[in-house]
Amino acid sequence: MKKSANVVIIGGGITGCATAYELAVRGVKDIVVIEKQYLSSGATGRCGAGVRQQWGTETNAILARDSVKRFEGMNEELEYDRDIEFKQGGYLMVSYTQNEWNQYKKNVAIQHSLGIPTKMITPQEALEIVPHLNIKGLIGATFCQSDGHANPFHVVDAYYKAASRLGVKFETYTSVTGITREKGKVTSVQTSKGDIAASMVINACGYAAGTICKMVGFELPLYPQRHQALVTEPVEPCQGPMVISLHHRLYCQQTPHGSFIMGVGDPNEPKDFNINSSWEFLEDVARQATTVLPLLKNLRVVRQWSGLYDMSPDANPILDEVPDAKGMWVAAGFSGHGFMVAPQTAVLLAQKILGQNCFMPIERFGLERFSGGELLLESAVV
Amino acid sequence: MQTKETIVCRCEDITLEEIKSLIDQGYRTIDEIKRVIRAGMGPCQGRTCRMLIAQELAKYYGIPVGEVLMPTFRPTVRPVKLGTFAGGE
Repeated sequence: MKKSANVVIIGGGITGCATAYELAVRGVKDIVVIEKQYLSSGATGRCGAGVRQQWGTETNAILARDSVKRFEGMNEELEYDRDIEFKQGGYLMVSYTQNEWNQYKKNVAIQHSLGIPTKMITPQEALEIVPHLNIKGLIGATFCQSDGHANPFHVVDAYYKAASRLGVKFETYTSVTGITREKGKVTSVQTSKGDIAASMVINACGYAAGTICKMVGFELPLYPQRHQALVTEPVEPCQGPMVISLHHRLYCQQTPHGSFIMGVGDPNEPKDFNINSSWEFLEDVARQATTVLPLLKNLRVVRQWSGLYDMSPDANPILDEVPDAKGMWVAAGFSGHGFMVAPQTAVLLAQKILGQNCFMPIERFGLERFSGGELLLESAVV
Repeated sequence: MQTKETIVCRCEDITLEEIKSLIDQGYRTIDEIKRVIRAGMGPCQGRTCRMLIAQELAKYYGIPVGEVLMPTFRPTVRPVKLGTFAGGE
């Protein structure tokens, strides 16, 4: 392994790999990505593979909107030899309570102000988009056709290959054991394969970002939260959009492969690093999914898994330099939607680090908002 | 062996040639190969291909099969209908 680097990126998920690419494509040499297991082994590879622009905060909506544009041309831009499987079948966000519907109206107003073409539709119109939707008690739905699905493994693989061609080195199955500071600046990273001298370190470790920050004595306001998902056998295409019902805590989509991926959030999930699968989840998700989409009762589950959201206090990411550890940047706290915003998160971070003009104000994602500043408070998280 | 015609993962139709090509490209574990090409993601969840891929990795790296990292064994053991879990059947 190299003894020194210009930039060490910790974390081989979507954020780490995309940031490595965006820095390399802007001319940065000598970048090393350190990953404890294999690429996309953390939250990225465990996510629901959805890409949506229908957010309730301007910050999330801008990152997602501009990332959709990147996903649209990603196979070509990254010269990927496989397919990232970007399918724009839309997101249908169904509302069964008046409170939820009122919130959706506010969210859509924000989305429209940013040029995101979300439509507010009636239950009958929702039925035309998803014929097997249960519209009993449905008040309305919001639909955005350009939302959709991308394959997280292939997106990471595409960034990995493109970054590798630009000279980025990836060290998988390598753990970070410590970080050294001198006079308030980062100087080196200790790993299970030796030390790397570096004056810039990017902490893109998702739920483990707090552990890395503790190595420089900083408490990051993040907590891990388990979320479980399952996938079914593949069937003929029959559902265009991802269906989200916040009321049922459910998301459910059919992938281009034909399988259905779905999950439910558990309001009683403790703050913990546990990533075991549970049978309680199977019963819960099966009940919710077959209530909202009754046809799915005949589909067979082939696999379940779980992963960890890196929850920030307002469900918006943290993109900032660590106080008292200059040169160490955090890109974490994505709260369950890091995959879909990663293409533009990586651009924003690269622009900031290199002193270029940022396409949106990065200060809005700063740490100061947790110590007296204004929280961003995202409402639309499953 | 006819690597083009030898199927390693029967659920996803993955050939030995495809597996060997990924190993040559530097994909080092069953987990990595599975995520790029879907070997082991079908209804049988890798019952057959998992050990065949392990053998190929062991040969390539000159290590005993027992030292090849195994992926996580995940529920369900066999495919079960959502309706069964929902309590409807």
